[in-house]
Amino acid sequence: MDHSPQKRMLVGALSTLGALGALTFSASALAQEIDHAKAAIEFEKFRAEMEDSNPSELFELKGEELWKAKRGPKNVSLAESCDLGQGIGKIEGAYVQMPRYFADADAVMDAERRIVWCMVEKQGFKFDDIAKKPFATDTFTPDATNLVTYVAAHSKNMKIAVPLKDPKVKEAWEIGKEMAAYRAGPYDFSCNTCHGTDGKRIRMQDLPNLATAAGAIKGVQGWPGYRMTGGIQLTHQWRMTDCFRQQRFPAPKYTSDAIAYLLTYMIGNANGQVYKGPGIKR
Amino acid sequence: MADPMKIRAAMKGDVCEIRVLMSHAMETGMRKDSDGKTIPAHFIQTLTVALNGKAVVSGQAAPSVSRNPVFGFKVKGAKSGDKVTVSWVDNKGDKRSDEATVA
Repeated sequence: MDHSPQKRMLVGALSTLGALGALTFSASALAQEIDHAKAAIEFEKFRAEMEDSNPSELFELKGEELWKAKRGPKNVSLAESCDLGQGIGKIEGAYVQMPRYFADADAVMDAERRIVWCMVEKQGFKFDDIAKKPFATDTFTPDATNLVTYVAAHSKNMKIAVPLKDPKVKEAWEIGKEMAAYRAGPYDFSCNTCHGTDGKRIRMQDLPNLATAAGAIKGVQGWPGYRMTGGIQLTHQWRMTDCFRQQRFPAPKYTSDAIAYLLTYMIGNANGQVYKGPGIKR
Repeated sequence: MADPMKIRAAMKGDVCEIRVLMSHAMETGMRKDSDGKTIPAHFIQTLTVALNGKAVVSGQAAPSVSRNPVFGFKVKGAKSGDKVTVSWVDNKGDKRSDEATVA
């Protein structure tokens, strides 16, 4: 391309038409920028259309059933026993106000961690059984995934409001921030290597800067979400675990402190942004 | 028993737009599991949409349709308050029927 006759002619003409030449070069660089932006906009349009009939709703329906049904060895429903921070059984706006500190568990918990905690403590399920298959495959969707989708749907179009004023949550946020900057693994990189500055991308995917509100919301939006590739429903817990895999880190434990802290950092940074509910992914 | 469908039906001008989300594995019969065994085909074969009990759409689906498919229909001559019934039958004889009201 650089050695094309047109370019050479252009370079030849530069001495006489310097100003015009410079203009042509900057214009072609600009065209590339615009193409990239255009592709991103087109993809957003496609996503908006898909969201109109988002299969996430199917999982939401199952989650609702699970939330209200008496289940587990203790035969109680989550609706009559589980407090997501808004009072027992209350789910309106609960998702956008997590992670938060729960005194009964003495831990900062994200939505999925809290729901699993309720399933174990209130309904009597065994944590090890849940943690054996924590994420969806093409033939299986965990109950917790359906429940998170149901709860998240009841925070649709609400502002993210992680209670960072709570010292316990703030502490979790600080640890999460440290973790995001922690370089390790065979490739020696941290979360921040890709997600700590503006304007980075991998192939065609723009990488959000999770330290900013506008960037962090991109890491929150669309989760839990339906992956069109494979047709499976996945949660924030899964996304975080997959980040560890992509970094070639050892797999974190399901609903562990580590993930809760990272989620506190990311979702906390998105405070004030509007959450659009369960989403749809490529 | 199959999982419920999600049906949306709304009047747009004089045309009723119906959107149906179905929960179904839609296995093609071509895929293999991790042991190398073929996963048997399992897909929706026929689907019907009825308006107040009268069939307005009758169609056939094939294994090439995606998992958890979305179908959209436009129907003339419907009005707000009409009852929409969507039903499907798959190749294993499993079936599901759900209702919604036109908004």
